[in-house]
Amino acid sequence: MKCVITGSNVKVLGRAVHSLSRIGDELYLEPTESGLSLRAVNSSRSAFAAFLFAPLFFQLYEAGGRQPDRELLRCKVLMKVQHPPPAPCPGTPKAPHCSGAVPGRVTVPVSVPCPQSFLGIFRSLPSLEKTVGKCLILLKPRASRLVVQLHCKYGVTKTHNLAFQECERLQAVFDTQSCASSLCAPARVLAEAVVHFPQTLAEVTLGAGPGGKISLRNYVEDEAEPTKTMVTELWLAKEEFQTVAVAPGSRITFCLKEFRGLLTFAEASNLPLTIHYDVPGRPVVFTLDDAVLEVHLVLATLSDPESGSQPPTANGVSHLPAPSDDFADDLESYMIAMETSAYEAGSGVPPSPTFPLHTPRPAESDPEEEEEEEEEGAVPGTPPHKKVWDGHGRAWGRAQPPPDPHLSPQFRSLFFGSVLMPGGPGPAPTQEVLAEDSDGEY
Amino acid sequence: MPLSTQPPASGEQYVLVASLDNARHLSSILRAVHFQDHATCFATVNGLRVTVEDAKCIQANAFIQAEIFQEFAVQEESVTFRINLSVLLDCLTIFGTSSLPGTSTALRMCYRGYGYPLMLFLEEGGVVTVCKINTQEPDELLDFDFCSTKVVNKIILQSEGLREAFAELDMTSEVLQITMSPDKPYFRLSTFGNAGSAHLDYPRDSDLMEAFHCNQTQTNRYKISLLKPSTKALALSCKVSIRTDAQGFLSLQYMIRNEDGQICFVEYYCCPDEDITEAEL
Repeated sequence: MKCVITGSNVKVLGRAVHSLSRIGDELYLEPTESGLSLRAVNSSRSAFAAFLFAPLFFQLYEAGGRQPDRELLRCKVLMKVQHPPPAPCPGTPKAPHCSGAVPGRVTVPVSVPCPQSFLGIFRSLPSLEKTVGKCLILLKPRASRLVVQLHCKYGVTKTHNLAFQECERLQAVFDTQSCASSLCAPARVLAEAVVHFPQTLAEVTLGAGPGGKISLRNYVEDEAEPTKTMVTELWLAKEEFQTVAVAPGSRITFCLKEFRGLLTFAEASNLPLTIHYDVPGRPVVFTLDDAVLEVHLVLATLSDPESGSQPPTANGVSHLPAPSDDFADDLESYMIAMETSAYEAGSGVPPSPTFPLHTPRPAESDPEEEEEEEEEGAVPGTPPHKKVWDGHGRAWGRAQPPPDPHLSPQFRSLFFGSVLMPGGPGPAPTQEVLAEDSDGEY
Repeated sequence: MPLSTQPPASGEQYVLVASLDNARHLSSILRAVHFQDHATCFATVNGLRVTVEDAKCIQANAFIQAEIFQEFAVQEESVTFRINLSVLLDCLTIFGTSSLPGTSTALRMCYRGYGYPLMLFLEEGGVVTVCKINTQEPDELLDFDFCSTKVVNKIILQSEGLREAFAELDMTSEVLQITMSPDKPYFRLSTFGNAGSAHLDYPRDSDLMEAFHCNQTQTNRYKISLLKPSTKALALSCKVSIRTDAQGFLSLQYMIRNEDGQICFVEYYCCPDEDITEAEL
């Protein structure tokens, strides 16, 4: 893969990287014939974003390798670098001429920003605009390096050789067509609306009111004491939107952090933002469309136990939902990892040790699981999985479920009550995760 | 009347008397070398030199010429003392670091000689503060033996070009590798971090390049942790001279222009890292 980006498009790419950095710690790069796709998913698999830059976005775009039959290489790189524990120094510096020179203590300062990651390269958007004239991205499979070269002012060249991991396609499956409601508004309108919510607010509820009015309010948990909570609610008139086609009385709750990240991008790019949503518990899809750019952000929504419009998956763990007529639609519209080749092996052994395995266990086992997840650390700005899936989508709440070889793989999918046969086709076995990658294969 | 409040006469009792109508000219330069608590000061008729060292591997010198001061009198050939630099800086900025326009702190600095404290008289808006800072036995300092005749490669850059580079240095890399060469890549800064390597190339015909005198290709590595303190000086400077000698010792000279357009210098010497294998080049 080789592509060259020039002029103000470098900044657009930079802003896209910033927006994706709100989602996950890794960036998935996928060169395709229809353009370069940049994707990210959060650790609890409840948020997914994809930016597709069309070949016209680039001054030069070559997706493929030389061999025509070879599949295009997909890779992921670190979005942000975590600081490692200090490593022992391999060499001591030479001491200059001095009497009684003893190799002294070397203090290693801990710095906050670190550029050797994808976000680091594009960290400063103003300086990107001011100094960078051309950006070259080169995937070198032989050298196992993703090369990002910035050609800057005064002839200065910055070359970043990033280590990457080959990976499976990261794909969330969703269908905006099947969503009951959709809204389209200039990004500025929505950005000016969410600015009223505090930065610390995790979730926001979007609702459709009478006369096509749209409300936004901060989400308050049921347990919260009414005397100690503040509710901020604002209404947007129908005229503020370009299109409003919402189911009356519908309302969904989703994470604000990721949404804000996309809004920043959309506002800077001056693009209208379309929101597709369905019943609570079903994902909300935000889209941006441009001639050279296509953006999708898929977020989990809180299921609403009060409303009657529960998704079929919002039942208890031990109750398997009955297959319904629209089962196929559900398959399409849920965010599912398409682990396209992970099951090709066809053996009964799960190919990925990180792949979550669950047996239908009684609810008593839940606290144990939650404890485990707390140790792994919650992702700020992401709803805890129990809120989202009422104990169903346990895989959503955990980043790296430990492999358990004692569990039979046929119990893999609790999500729809379907049973995976080893080597069975289709996305059904992976429906319990939003988007699974192939970490475990490496 | 207590003795300490008497204004000092510039008589023979002091071996060093210096006055400055804006103490910030001194404090900003000293802050550029403030990466260790203690500094050694030398005063000669030419001016004041303040030296800070770390790990026996890096030495920073701040030069404040006699012309910067309104009065600079040294009674002996050279006056040397060691002082706590953090305390000195705290005293110099005792009226605050951000001076309002039109106000400045005036300074009079006196030193009676070995064993005596350094006296600072600071005045701003009619308020006078007297500080006495105990001096210490001067340290033996490193002699880098870096003379201009032994310089192999020398580059003068506008500091602007290096500021961003240093701000973006990959701190997961242990070392900063500097390549200077009469041929491509001319001047290259490289880091080798956890997630990969990064190279920063400056062509010799770049507008940032004020002078380019490279005689042979040299690649040396320096501990980033040692070089990082020099970014304080880099931030203040307008030009930087980068020199290496045959052994790979590095000299960084920063030219700093103060608010009144006067020029001072801050110099860093750094030892190279020893083990560099051919494969890593």
